[in-house]
Amino acid sequence: MSGISLEGARPLFRKEILRFWKVAFQTVAAPVLTAVLYLLIFGHVLDKHVEALPGVGYTSFLVPGLVMMSVLQNAFANSSSSLVQSKITGNLVFLLVTPLSHWAWFVAYVGASVVRGLVVGSGVLLVTVWFAPLRLAEPWWIVIFAALGAGMMGSLGLIAGLWAEKFDQMAAFQNFIIMPMTFLSGVFYSVHSLPGAWQAVSHLNPFFYMIDGFRRGFFGVSDVSPLVSLCVVGAGFVVVSAVALRLLAIGYKIRH
Amino acid sequence: MPAVRFQNVSKVYQGTRGTLRALDDVSFQIEQGEFFGLLGPNGAGKTTLISILAGLARASGGSISVLGHDVVSDYAAARKVLGIVPQELVFDPFFNVRETLRIQSGYYGVKNNDAWIDELLANLGLADKAGANMRQLSGGMKRRVLVAQALVHRPPVIVLDEPTAGVDVELRQTLWQFVSRLNREGHTVLLTTHYLEEAEALCGRIGMLKLGKLVALDKTSALLAGRASTMLRFKTDQPLPAEIAAHARITGRIVQVKAHDAAEVEAMLATLRSAGVKVEDLEIGRADLEDVFLEIMQEGAAA
Repeated sequence: MSGISLEGARPLFRKEILRFWKVAFQTVAAPVLTAVLYLLIFGHVLDKHVEALPGVGYTSFLVPGLVMMSVLQNAFANSSSSLVQSKITGNLVFLLVTPLSHWAWFVAYVGASVVRGLVVGSGVLLVTVWFAPLRLAEPWWIVIFAALGAGMMGSLGLIAGLWAEKFDQMAAFQNFIIMPMTFLSGVFYSVHSLPGAWQAVSHLNPFFYMIDGFRRGFFGVSDVSPLVSLCVVGAGFVVVSAVALRLLAIGYKIRH
Repeated sequence: MPAVRFQNVSKVYQGTRGTLRALDDVSFQIEQGEFFGLLGPNGAGKTTLISILAGLARASGGSISVLGHDVVSDYAAARKVLGIVPQELVFDPFFNVRETLRIQSGYYGVKNNDAWIDELLANLGLADKAGANMRQLSGGMKRRVLVAQALVHRPPVIVLDEPTAGVDVELRQTLWQFVSRLNREGHTVLLTTHYLEEAEALCGRIGMLKLGKLVALDKTSALLAGRASTMLRFKTDQPLPAEIAAHARITGRIVQVKAHDAAEVEAMLATLRSAGVKVEDLEIGRADLEDVFLEIMQEGAAA
């Protein structure tokens, strides 16, 4: 069959949204609370001692990083946990027997991941506005990097969900890859404050560009040019999506 | 055009302990409007064959088409005309029955399907469960939902993979009445089951799989007629003479032995009498599908 068919993508997308929305306390409220706790504790301890960017208080500096971290982690969690749960409980069969193309699967799963990421990110932003003044210097970067970053993480979640056969494999992926890469991407600090070698290492981390470009939208300053970040994140999105689409097309670990 | 055509289908699993040939060059076709039974012991390859038909697995060789649509190269069209009731009792715990059926309709591009969903619910005895979460349903009720899910898009070809395993009598009756009605209305039905009396009662034609090979394929009536026609059944507590024990099927106290004609029955009774075996509840009856099934399965074993 040739061409891209998206028939059936919309109901799957809607189902994926409903799936997390029905347990929003766990999928939206909990990550917002976690981010706010980070902000309160680190902001309280470090606000008087650290000026990460010139003229920007540490609590204010922290807000965009925490928002983006929440966007990325929740976008990943949505597609990955949905797929791995369906695989393990066996109800993925309801989807496998349908005429949905691999493009429809991709668009629905990644689309729902982006929505979950943006909902949680907006929640974090709304709550943290109470603790630090909000600046929106170049807001278009906020939208672009949030959407692209969430899309890339939703795709990565798809790959992880297809690959993992058990919940502990998924937990390992999350704890040993996603968590360190987000934490070491400059959520809590400007990479300019790091020693030279670590600065270089940070530049190899794609998450660094997502956070840096996203933060640019708030303060109008960034560690690297937002266009460079856009290229890196855009290329990352394309590569990860291509892999996810390929795995879906061959039915990797789902059609035996 | 046949409803389903299996052409030289084979499936080989490469495992750490070597290769397993789950399906070996299986070819047959099911005509439109048929009620077809696929029988075979556990591990014969029935579910593998149905998985390939449904797109859940890929064949190592050969091809399958549904109403002329190849299940690989034209999968979307093939899956639209196919409704599969899976063997495993699976469900999505996030949704209630109606939501589950609406979502499933959406996957097939069927919109505003509530009238048909209500009809399905009524016919499957689920009308009062529409708002119940899937988690709250009993096993039998979950099984009914599985059947409804397979039928939301009104598929012309319906596949039921052991739908009555572990199901109570009431649901079995409900299910068979409904499926028989669909069959009368023109739907093709492919059924796998362990309950041979069901297959005998429902299926017009039967295929039998054994160790991945198709070992029998005929009209149910022809299968029954072409084999041993008479069965001698009795109960006893005593050991049987060797020449009878070798051919007998023994279930607890019940002994069943195949006989081709009255003379053979007489000879057997004489043997039992001379061996001093006390026989109760003696009856002579027509062979049923179970007898034929066992005979066919044993033929391969002896060969």
